[in-house]
Amino acid sequence: MTMTATQCLLQMYDEHYDLEDYQSGVPRWCTGCGDNAILAAVQRLCRDENLRPEKTAFISGIGCSSRFPHYMKTYGFHGIHGRALPIAEGVKMARPDLHVFVNTGDGDCCSIGAAHWIHAIRYNMNMTVLLHDNQIYGLTKMQASPTTPLGTKSNTTPRGSYLAPLNPLSITLGVQNVSFVAQAVDWIPEMLYDIIKAAYHHKGFSFIRIVQRCPEWLPEMFEPWLHDPNRILVLNHENGLQVSASLSKVYKNLQAHDPSDLNRAREIASNLDPVPVGILYRNPDVPRYEEVRHAGQMRSTDLIEKGLNAEFDKFTVWPQETEAQTQPVM
Amino acid sequence: MNDTSIKQFVNEIPRQARSPAAKKAVTLKEHIVEIISDSGEGAQRCGQSLGSIAARMGNGIWTVEIIPAEIRPPARSVAGASGNRIRLGSERITNGGDNTDLIVAFNEQALLGRVRAGELKPDCTILLESMWRDNKDPKITAAYIETCNQLVAAGYKVHEVPMERECLSVVADAHRGKNMFALGMLCSIYSLDMQLAREQIALTFGKKGQSIIEPNIKLLEAGFTWAEVNLDFKYRIPAVRSSEPQIVANGNTALALGVLASGMDICAMYPITPATSASHYLSDVFEKVGGIVHQAEDEIAACAFAIGASYAGKCAVTITSGPGYSLKQEGLGLAVMAEIPLVVVNVQRGGPSTGLPTKAEQGDLMAAIFGSHGDAPKVVMAASTIEDCFYSVITARKIAETFNMVVVLLTDANLATSQQPFPRPQFNKSWLAPPVDQSAIPAGAKPYDWDATTGLARRFIPGQPNGMHTVTGLTHDRLSHVAYDAEINEESIRARSLKLAALQKTLKTPPLFGDEKGDLLIIGWGSTKGAIEEAVESMRAEGCKVSSMHLRFLQPLPPGIKEVMQRFKKVMTIEGNWSDRPQDELIDETNRRYSAVATLLRARYLIDVDCWSEVMGQPIKPGTICRVIRDQLKKQAEAEQS
Repeated sequence: MTMTATQCLLQMYDEHYDLEDYQSGVPRWCTGCGDNAILAAVQRLCRDENLRPEKTAFISGIGCSSRFPHYMKTYGFHGIHGRALPIAEGVKMARPDLHVFVNTGDGDCCSIGAAHWIHAIRYNMNMTVLLHDNQIYGLTKMQASPTTPLGTKSNTTPRGSYLAPLNPLSITLGVQNVSFVAQAVDWIPEMLYDIIKAAYHHKGFSFIRIVQRCPEWLPEMFEPWLHDPNRILVLNHENGLQVSASLSKVYKNLQAHDPSDLNRAREIASNLDPVPVGILYRNPDVPRYEEVRHAGQMRSTDLIEKGLNAEFDKFTVWPQETEAQTQPVM
Repeated sequence: MNDTSIKQFVNEIPRQARSPAAKKAVTLKEHIVEIISDSGEGAQRCGQSLGSIAARMGNGIWTVEIIPAEIRPPARSVAGASGNRIRLGSERITNGGDNTDLIVAFNEQALLGRVRAGELKPDCTILLESMWRDNKDPKITAAYIETCNQLVAAGYKVHEVPMERECLSVVADAHRGKNMFALGMLCSIYSLDMQLAREQIALTFGKKGQSIIEPNIKLLEAGFTWAEVNLDFKYRIPAVRSSEPQIVANGNTALALGVLASGMDICAMYPITPATSASHYLSDVFEKVGGIVHQAEDEIAACAFAIGASYAGKCAVTITSGPGYSLKQEGLGLAVMAEIPLVVVNVQRGGPSTGLPTKAEQGDLMAAIFGSHGDAPKVVMAASTIEDCFYSVITARKIAETFNMVVVLLTDANLATSQQPFPRPQFNKSWLAPPVDQSAIPAGAKPYDWDATTGLARRFIPGQPNGMHTVTGLTHDRLSHVAYDAEINEESIRARSLKLAALQKTLKTPPLFGDEKGDLLIIGWGSTKGAIEEAVESMRAEGCKVSSMHLRFLQPLPPGIKEVMQRFKKVMTIEGNWSDRPQDELIDETNRRYSAVATLLRARYLIDVDCWSEVMGQPIKPGTICRVIRDQLKKQAEAEQS
């Protein structure tokens, strides 16, 4: 469809969005919940990138984090526990034109949906995946999750949790086709925003583990890190994020890390304290499944008719020609 | 190779001298033939080729694969029979029929498996590879001779055929070509057109080139000549050549063709027997029309992927079998709740659990209708013929998108692997889904604006301006906002349930096979249609007042069924699933578990519907159904007299 110049200008004007164009409802997360900080950062990103709300979809599973799509004035899909990733893959395959975001929690992604997480990394479809990792099940009221630190008391581990936690960064970095891995903490909004932005711009499966506070069930858990900026290891590099002058006055524990270095990324990921924040790994050259599979092709009626008839031909028994009928059987 | 070059090529092959022995062919109305071998010896290809040649001559055919559960069972084992059964007839054939009239066996152990399974007629003709008589292993020789003698003593007409020796006079490795020798013998026995047989071989091996086609044609001709000279019998099954082109394919291929024809563009699946061959074929061809087959990491992901694709675009399909269907249940509940259209194909196999992976059963109907927790109304259809596998997918897609519902299409291992010709469909644009709607949503429109009468609401698709909302598996109101209000829960459940009623109003009463009223009405569903109608027809020919009705829609049940049932003295379902045997000591009217459809009909219509069922892992035979009808009518007559 062609447009007049006026329409074009009007549309340009229309397509400028404000923060409130992405806001929907009043979040029902607890006061002080890290999810609020993630929501604020994401809404800011949408505005700054001028994402068309109708072309943007947030897909989630089940858990506190997965309420996220309800608070976005975009398309959203609040699915079932653990299955946000395969739903998002289906969305992306059917509609590569959409901006796809996934909100998932440590139970959703690393426990019930762990199989999908591993394979989603392999598929490397272009989507931004936010792992809201508060290291506890919140919605079901405080049970140990796969990322809960060893010895944590919870309703299912009243004498302390029995198993060492899994490390979402190490796991993600260990899977074939990994293309973007970052870590953020909810209490440094500037870096949270910068990391989500970098993830959004990466073409592929961008995985951000966001260390997220749960004031309701684990109010003390992150206090030591919150109060001691030196326990945050800021990854700084010209190919990754460059920390601002003002931030580096507070967070002085900087480490130069080139995100193209996978082995070094794995080493950094295995350090739990200080907590690394920044882009651990980025490889823009990993093939994206939706492109490998040629998603979003135009399919005309004609193409389908021709294709179908060609297939019918393979299985068709044609009526015999008259001359063949008169031939004697050998 | 195209058709013309194939004809030229086969015409150029020098033909062997025709047999001087001119036997008079006995005319038959129909015959059931089997070709069996160890796995990998090509009996299936031989059987399929025989079916295709006969179909091209205009014969009615139904082919059934005989599949061992293992990929490579041990050679010469009783449980290892692999091959094909072909029922050939003068007229249209609708099912695999009863017992086998003639069998070609590559070894006596595989043959023994079929004998013990009771698959052969008492006087079945056996063409048995004789090479085992002189095997260097005395145990094999002894086993062969012993079996041979037993078979002869049991009344079978055993013809020992030196297939290996004869093949070796044509090719160096007989192992790979014996199946074409067997095909040649069968062409002689059934007076089939050898020119068509040569063309069939050229078509089958077309991709592999002339160096493969030529020896296979020679083997075919050697088999033909051997049978002409050495066998003292010959048959002819007159055929009426169709004036219409026919598709000869199995149910899974027809299903995949239906996916193509429905205009769907994404199929998500996970490998599972016996559904996978549909996805194999679809994987090969779907991309040619811009479609994608996604092999997911598991069944749950396949279902979720299809739901995501449907949500964002056109209705998608996921294809599975019993255990996979169980795994998808939570996802199906989500699709029901969020009102996302979805086609789910369940190619049923024997269950529960891993059950009988390669065998036919109709055990998943209740899971299809009532599966998923809470009230999760879904449309459930069952394909009853190979042709139906094709058209049902198109119908299922349309219903899914019209009603924003999950449509479950049931087929089974019998349909999946059987071949039957059906008229080549004429492409129709209306089969296809329209393009994804990306027009702006009018201001104030709600994503779940349920119609008070039909429960229907317009679906908003991502990309549509002004339509932004979050779908959720939580109970939600018309704006798709999470609601815990009891009234909204009732309102939304009511709306989703009403959609089934709205669909039901559009359905027609299934046609009756036979008279409008009588002593006994048989009700069936799915792949048993051909066998039931054949049995009903032959019982009617004997003067019995029996009719049958076949259900295509199981949920919702179409209107008018009760009125039909009331015109018969007795109603009985015949199904391939479990029902408690009334003669068992503990079973009585208060605890008997009825077959699936019988249970549904009894509950819905308050009519005392009886049932007969078996779970033998194979299609129910028309002869068995005749016996059931005869017994039932006898029982009714006795009750009337007393």
